[in-house]
Amino acid sequence: MTSTETERSVPKPQFTDAEAGAKEFPDSGPSARRYNYYKPAKRKQTHYEDVTVEVQPDPRHYLSQGWIYGFADGSSGYPLTWTKLKAWGVDNPEPERGPGSGGKPVQDWPAHGWHEFRDPNEEWDLTIFRNNANVERQITANVENARNAKAFDQWNPNWVRFVERHVSTWMHIEHIFGLYVFAACNRSGPTNMHNTAMAVNSAHKIRFAQDIALYNLTLSEEIEGFDGTAHVDAWNNDPEWQGVRKVCEALTAIEDDWAETIFATNIVFEPLLGELFRSNLVQQAAPGNGDYVTPTVMGAGEYDYSQRDLRWSQACFGLLTQDKEFADHNKALMQGWLSKWVPQCLEAARQMQPLWSQPDNKPPRFEDSLDRAKNRFAGILGDLGLDVPKELSQ
Amino acid sequence: MSRQSLAKAHQKIQELSWEPQYHEPYMKYGTDYTFKKAAKKDPLKQVLRSYFPMEEEKDSRVYGASDGAIRGNMFRQVQERWLEWQKLFLSIIPLPEISAARSMPMLFQAVPNPELHNGQAIQMIDEVRHSTIQQNLKRLYMNNYIDPAGFNNTLRNFHSDYCGTIGRQFAEGFITGDAITAASIYLTIVAETAFTNTLFVAMPGEAAANGDYLLPTVFHSVQSDESRHISNGYATLLMALSDEDNRQLLERDLRYAWWNNHRVVDAAIGTFIEYGTKDRRKDRESYAEMWRRWIYDDYYRAYLLPLEKYGLVIPHDLIEESWNQIWNKGYVHEVAQFFATGWVANYWRIDGMTDEDFEWFEYKYPGWYDRYGKWWENYNRLSRPNGHHAIVAEDVDYVYPHRCWTCMVPCLVREDMVVDKVDGQWRTYCHEACRWTDAVAFRPTYEGRDTPNMGKLVGHREWETLYHGWNWADVIQDMGFVRDDGKTLTAQPHLDLDPKKMWTLDHMRRMPHVASPNVILNEMSDSEREAFVADYNAQGPAGRPAGATS
Repeated sequence: MTSTETERSVPKPQFTDAEAGAKEFPDSGPSARRYNYYKPAKRKQTHYEDVTVEVQPDPRHYLSQGWIYGFADGSSGYPLTWTKLKAWGVDNPEPERGPGSGGKPVQDWPAHGWHEFRDPNEEWDLTIFRNNANVERQITANVENARNAKAFDQWNPNWVRFVERHVSTWMHIEHIFGLYVFAACNRSGPTNMHNTAMAVNSAHKIRFAQDIALYNLTLSEEIEGFDGTAHVDAWNNDPEWQGVRKVCEALTAIEDDWAETIFATNIVFEPLLGELFRSNLVQQAAPGNGDYVTPTVMGAGEYDYSQRDLRWSQACFGLLTQDKEFADHNKALMQGWLSKWVPQCLEAARQMQPLWSQPDNKPPRFEDSLDRAKNRFAGILGDLGLDVPKELSQ
Repeated sequence: MSRQSLAKAHQKIQELSWEPQYHEPYMKYGTDYTFKKAAKKDPLKQVLRSYFPMEEEKDSRVYGASDGAIRGNMFRQVQERWLEWQKLFLSIIPLPEISAARSMPMLFQAVPNPELHNGQAIQMIDEVRHSTIQQNLKRLYMNNYIDPAGFNNTLRNFHSDYCGTIGRQFAEGFITGDAITAASIYLTIVAETAFTNTLFVAMPGEAAANGDYLLPTVFHSVQSDESRHISNGYATLLMALSDEDNRQLLERDLRYAWWNNHRVVDAAIGTFIEYGTKDRRKDRESYAEMWRRWIYDDYYRAYLLPLEKYGLVIPHDLIEESWNQIWNKGYVHEVAQFFATGWVANYWRIDGMTDEDFEWFEYKYPGWYDRYGKWWENYNRLSRPNGHHAIVAEDVDYVYPHRCWTCMVPCLVREDMVVDKVDGQWRTYCHEACRWTDAVAFRPTYEGRDTPNMGKLVGHREWETLYHGWNWADVIQDMGFVRDDGKTLTAQPHLDLDPKKMWTLDHMRRMPHVASPNVILNEMSDSEREAFVADYNAQGPAGRPAGATS
């Protein structure tokens, strides 16, 4: 018996010596090995900047042929007018291009103040998945450990009802913010830095909403008589939740101003209602009622807000309140937004007040909790250079 | 998470669906489509508890491979011919990716079914991943490949270059105009479902054959997310089909999206695969063969055709015409020739074709040498500066083409070029389908029906207009395509990095000025224009003047 061997058809690797430093020629030096179309915020370009800055183009920079698709109303690209806030340079006319004009690339980079914003969390592919996967692992481990330790048996019955009906209801707010505030606005920001920060903020919110939902699912499996759907009824009908729901929905309905939407959510709603409920009620009440698990789930979301989402929002709005051209204009607008949103949030907070008296083992008094939230809020405004609105003392 | 618990978890998160009680969300992005609210299934069934760790694991593999490539000196085996084209590709692609992220909220608003929004939000996060992972790959090439010029300034260059704007349709088209036309039909139904096969599967395969295993590492990781996005598109399409009133718009949008994707993606990826490779094994698939398999069979026959029974009007004629363009009319070869003709206006080096390349082309595309061989021989002859001009300014039997106003690829299949006066301006179009897109489809009425949300084609759509009357040296300086000695061009028509063999601004200074074909067209009298059209239609193949025989 004979066999014929046919040569497999495969590409043949070749030695090409195409690695850095193999030859000397113009642009072969180390100084040519950096993205050279933008100026970094600090002395050195960061990895985050390299993968983020200028990916979303701007006709005031290098977009020599301009935007090539328009909406029916004639607007195109990422109009800077999609918020009433302004950054320096935006009133300068766009370069006029036409026959024989040349490309008119930017002379001084950046062409306007919006491009100065950098997400202090420096979020990109690696950090987004690393951080969120870590949170998911931590929550899963905490809940699994509690399940193995029969920790839910220690909960008093009234606390079980509180978690199924009220703690769980918070998932709806996170979900709405995730999809209809932050994701919804990620088309609207003026630069890639803004829009990516909003997309990452959205991911935190959607993840947190699902974390609460899945925690609720575990509790349904672990605690006899735990009603996994009570939160839907509470969300739709409980008077304590209707105020906060109203504000939450109103935040999705802000007309054509992405910055007001983000400001009202992260600067106003979150400290006055989000932290009030999560940190000043749930986190405080749980341990006294035999629950050391719920604070770890809520704490993960709380950490996202306080350490990441608030941080980028402060960096974003802080630049605008100190803007070299439009600081006064921006501050006046933001003060107006505070006057509009603070009363709504305080009214909603007061509607939530009965929740403070429901657990057997009581958290700090509602008024003390609200004072803490107000102080925190005033501190955030102080950092931004904004005045505490008179409405806060109402 | 186990499969069983994942299903249960997914069921649970449906409780998050939101029915507004006090305020309806602001609808920023309009559509002329109508959708009936009905319970739908989330096609992705993705829960973030499993999604984030899965993506983290995929990232670990990608970045592990990147580290391995550097430690293993991958760049000693990378073909420069291939990597140079990546300067263009990796300029373009992070923008369409991030634009896809930006387009997702347009769908939240247009499609009133909250079950679908979860999948769309996850797609948004995927797209941020894709954009930044690709920017990072480009950064790695810049740091480790022999010639960083062109990688280091891509996000400026891409927006100044004479063909970069063509690629920008594959980004702005996702985010502007009617929300469903843009974010669903153009992006998910056609671009992602049909053309990512050649972009993210076929092309990385060619990269590996050229010694670059990082492009497949990154892009196959990206492609593994695309299958989810395809499901998103399919769910929206089925919903749109359930309303009779949408069928006219679906037919319009599928025609536009199909033809535009063919014009743009086949132009770019076809060129990269056919002219950027050194792998000339006769049994390796040509772009035409890949196209037949990935797009014609897998997309058209397996995906689109079955939708006919739901009432979808499929543009069979345009699909067959696309194949006709690729197989009979040399579309990819004509585009590659155009890219190389204008090498001076680019920011990467374009290698000439060798005898081995000629042989492969003739084998794969019989008759190729008679059409294109001589021109590529001229390209090689004129590649080193030696007292002559760059090929664009030399007489090599090539008539510089007019741009297509719609797809912005020039009108390279000369017999198909049509002219029309639209919005008060004479415009050239590469094909009747592109004329229809501008003059008929992207308008506030369509076949007597109001389409107030339809987008518009805007901007300075002919690059040459901006530099009409300019000296080439000034053009290149204005675009910034000059190396750090202040005179050597970033682009070169060969791969030789010996500074003595490289073109400089001084060589460009001696060339004739740039002229805008569109400006000239609009200066013609009616009779001159008629004569111009007749002459243009008689030109080719390979850009030969009318009447030229070889």
